[in-house]
Amino acid sequence: MALTVLLSCIGVLLATGIVAVAGAGWKGLASNLVYAAALAAGAVMLSVGLSALAAAPSGAETLDLPVGLPWLGAHFRLDALSAFFLVVVNLGGFTASLYGLGYGNREESPGRVLPFFPAFLAGMNLVVLADDAFTFLLSWEFMSLASWALVMAHHRVHDNARAGYIYLLMASFGTLALLLAFGLLAGPAGGYAFSAIRAAPPSAGLAAAVLALALLGAGSKAGLVPLHVWLPLAHPAAPSHVSALMSGVMTKVAVYGFVRLVFDLAGPPDWWWGALVLLLGGASAVLGVLYALMQHDLKRLLAYHTVENIGIIFIGLGLALAFRANGMGLAAALALTAALLHVFNHSLFKSLLFLGAGAVLGATGERDMERLGGLIRRMPLTAIAFLAGSAAISALPPFNGFVSEWLTFQAILVSPKLPQWLLKFLVPAVGATLALSAALAAGCFVKAFGATFLGRPRGAAAQQAHETDRASLAAMFVLVALCLLAGLVPGVFIDALAPVGQQLLGARLAPQGQFAWFTIVPIEDSRSSYNGLLLIVFIALGAWLAAAVIHRWASHALRRAPAWDCGFPDASPATQYTAGSFAQPIRRVFGSLVFRAYERVSMPAPGRTEPARFHLRLRDLVWDTFYAPVQGIVDFGADHLNKVQTWTIRAYLSLVFGTVVALLMVLAIWH
Amino acid sequence: MALMADLLLQFAQMALVLLLAPLLTGFVRTLKAQMLRRQGPPLLQPYRDLLKLIRKEVVMAENASWLYRVVPYVVFATTFVAASLVPTFATRLVFSHIADLIVIVALLGTARFALALAGLDIGTSFGGIGSSREMMIASLAEPAMLMIVFTLSLLAGSTQLSSVAVFLEGPDVGLRVSLAMALVAMVMVAIAENARIPIDNPATHLELTMVHEAMILEYSGRHLAVIELAASLKLLLYMSLIACMFVPWGMAMRTHDAVALALGAGSYVLKLAMGGFLLALFETGTAKMRVFRIPDFLGAALMLGLLAALLLFVSRGPA
Repeated sequence: MALTVLLSCIGVLLATGIVAVAGAGWKGLASNLVYAAALAAGAVMLSVGLSALAAAPSGAETLDLPVGLPWLGAHFRLDALSAFFLVVVNLGGFTASLYGLGYGNREESPGRVLPFFPAFLAGMNLVVLADDAFTFLLSWEFMSLASWALVMAHHRVHDNARAGYIYLLMASFGTLALLLAFGLLAGPAGGYAFSAIRAAPPSAGLAAAVLALALLGAGSKAGLVPLHVWLPLAHPAAPSHVSALMSGVMTKVAVYGFVRLVFDLAGPPDWWWGALVLLLGGASAVLGVLYALMQHDLKRLLAYHTVENIGIIFIGLGLALAFRANGMGLAAALALTAALLHVFNHSLFKSLLFLGAGAVLGATGERDMERLGGLIRRMPLTAIAFLAGSAAISALPPFNGFVSEWLTFQAILVSPKLPQWLLKFLVPAVGATLALSAALAAGCFVKAFGATFLGRPRGAAAQQAHETDRASLAAMFVLVALCLLAGLVPGVFIDALAPVGQQLLGARLAPQGQFAWFTIVPIEDSRSSYNGLLLIVFIALGAWLAAAVIHRWASHALRRAPAWDCGFPDASPATQYTAGSFAQPIRRVFGSLVFRAYERVSMPAPGRTEPARFHLRLRDLVWDTFYAPVQGIVDFGADHLNKVQTWTIRAYLSLVFGTVVALLMVLAIWH
Repeated sequence: MALMADLLLQFAQMALVLLLAPLLTGFVRTLKAQMLRRQGPPLLQPYRDLLKLIRKEVVMAENASWLYRVVPYVVFATTFVAASLVPTFATRLVFSHIADLIVIVALLGTARFALALAGLDIGTSFGGIGSSREMMIASLAEPAMLMIVFTLSLLAGSTQLSSVAVFLEGPDVGLRVSLAMALVAMVMVAIAENARIPIDNPATHLELTMVHEAMILEYSGRHLAVIELAASLKLLLYMSLIACMFVPWGMAMRTHDAVALALGAGSYVLKLAMGGFLLALFETGTAKMRVFRIPDFLGAALMLGLLAALLLFVSRGPA
């Protein structure tokens, strides 16, 4: 029943996309229609997902449709894991559509956005419901292509075409890896239905190959280092609510693909799987945030933070694999819960931040933070929403980002019980990188919020900004409320996740509902516990106490005066700290190692009047190491194959003849 | 009845940290002055400063936003809550289940985040330089702190401060190299977090050498008073934390016995005095570092923390 409802909603989405092609002429009407339909479908699917998650232990619902490959059909399945990701996808889809209701009227080329937006949503929903390899890959590719079309919506903007090209290459590469992974899982008999794969788990060697291919395929879509290069180019290029969907939701669909392949289909893990995933996660977390710190494009900064948060999620997943391989069910459930809760939390605050960035972009036309500033006065509500999102992503209590990172730390603190020495030594080091990335993320968001919303406006656009529309604000504040809620009563959310752990690991955390006052206790009471609700109450009481004492006894006088600034205030906003100068100390500390940062100051000789100049050069080591050689080889090959094009007909014929002879000889030797 | 007593104990500790914090700051200042053969301010000067500040008019920059006025209270409230969750003279804290050590560290992170934003609000260059350097220092101090937490949790099997204190006071610990390393790392982190010499100088207003003072440069009057009190509280918090984690002796463990409580309070004050004395001695004997030497200092703290944790794996202790 639930699946029928879901598939009809997906059908509605697809039909909306087709109608939008026809109705692109009526700009306002088409946009309202598309986003309203997406909003309604999202709400329905969200509630179906929630009820399925609540009822999950009772077993999965399956549905086979006679479409697709004739001998296979299309299988769909709704179990706890897909129900959870269904919630994540449709919550993101719901808020993005709500935002779209306001944003749609500002869109310059609606014909390039409206047909693909519902198609993109439909594709993501199909991926999490698919129950055979063919349907999964088809939906995955559909999702990739729809999002590619959305990335190319504003294809005339500088660099967007290149972003789309790299995205298309990486997406095809990822799908190829997944195709091979499913091929290995299906075996020579070709049992492509997931139930057939589950019935015949692969041998250890094949399973390891499947893990590697899953890391390549799902990891490239999720943005795992070093496969992340397309992400910070493509995510910011799309319209902001699509960026929110891509960063907040599509990367989570990729995480779903990884979990489905590795936890569900590939059979019991080996302990070194955990070590590998942990290493990649740790590297993504630190490199993602360091790259983010160097950005001054607001949306690109957010995209790099997605890389960081995907790293945090994979740290949790790696821990879960390591614990599971050693038969530590409870610890594995803790790590998996931490990872999935971070999936949920990240989808909330990353959508929120991208919507906020979209509001800023709409109001000022600027993504470059060096030309913004002072927006807290011109756009107070957007500023509050963006501030809440910044605090959440920086893992500050009492917001939700903190809870999932705290749970990840708790899982890390159990790691000394692991028997393998490599893991014993690796996990504390990964814990340190997690703490480093959390602290750097806080620094990065002080920079992002400070440069965009605080200080004095650095340009005319920032000076004349105005608050964004109501629908966009509503979307943002729905997300703010959810961020707070998940931070204050995390126990409810942890309990909701329990069926997923039960399904994948056969273990779950103790029900958190039994503890008084919404306290969460991951393992045992004397070990660690956290209560966000009481924490916020006490913080509020403390602030109220201070304010009351001040109000009662202190002077109320307040005088506005020019800033003091040690006696040298400067009227020009150019003398403020910029995003670049804010990141300079951190660049000095980490930059020479990670970016080969090179700084040069050219000072004119005394008495000369030309300006002094500061040059900064950063290199992207990941690009230089992994991608530049490939690019070089392809270019080299292309250059040399070019000569073939100017050959004479005789040369072509001899080439064909030679090839045929060579192939025949190969065939003869083979037999 | 027991709950009432626990509540009373909790509130007593909360009041105690609030009252003692300025005294500790004054104590360190006076000691430092005397070590430099100056007469120094009276012991109670910080209280007088606070009273004076709250009676004065606030002079606020013309373009300061609402955030600027809210931040002092946020900083105070989060620091105060963090400080009241650290066991001082008794381990029985009713509210200890709200937060473990990681949450306390993160709460201080929230305070720092708020203060760094306030530093950027007016749009002056000094506020920016302070915020930017503060976040750089924090990004290095937090991993080191987590390694210390890891070491302690490995030993005590808990990140709950009361459990850690009870365990470390017990007979199962013995003398451990790891604990000594963690203690050194913890002291280094505490120095950095509290903006003390050699990382930052709390007494300076020489522009280019200040970090914490640069962030709060524009604050005045009652706002400044609240921030100053929060800074004192943070110093006291770190001293209580070190006392609770490394020298928990004398603390009243899971009891309401009046004698034990009095003993606990006495030993707590003694430990604070000792800590203050050592801080003053250290600060008098050291020169401030250049800003870009700080990564070396905190990197050493991180390495010590990591070594402490790894040594525990190899050692065969009674635990």
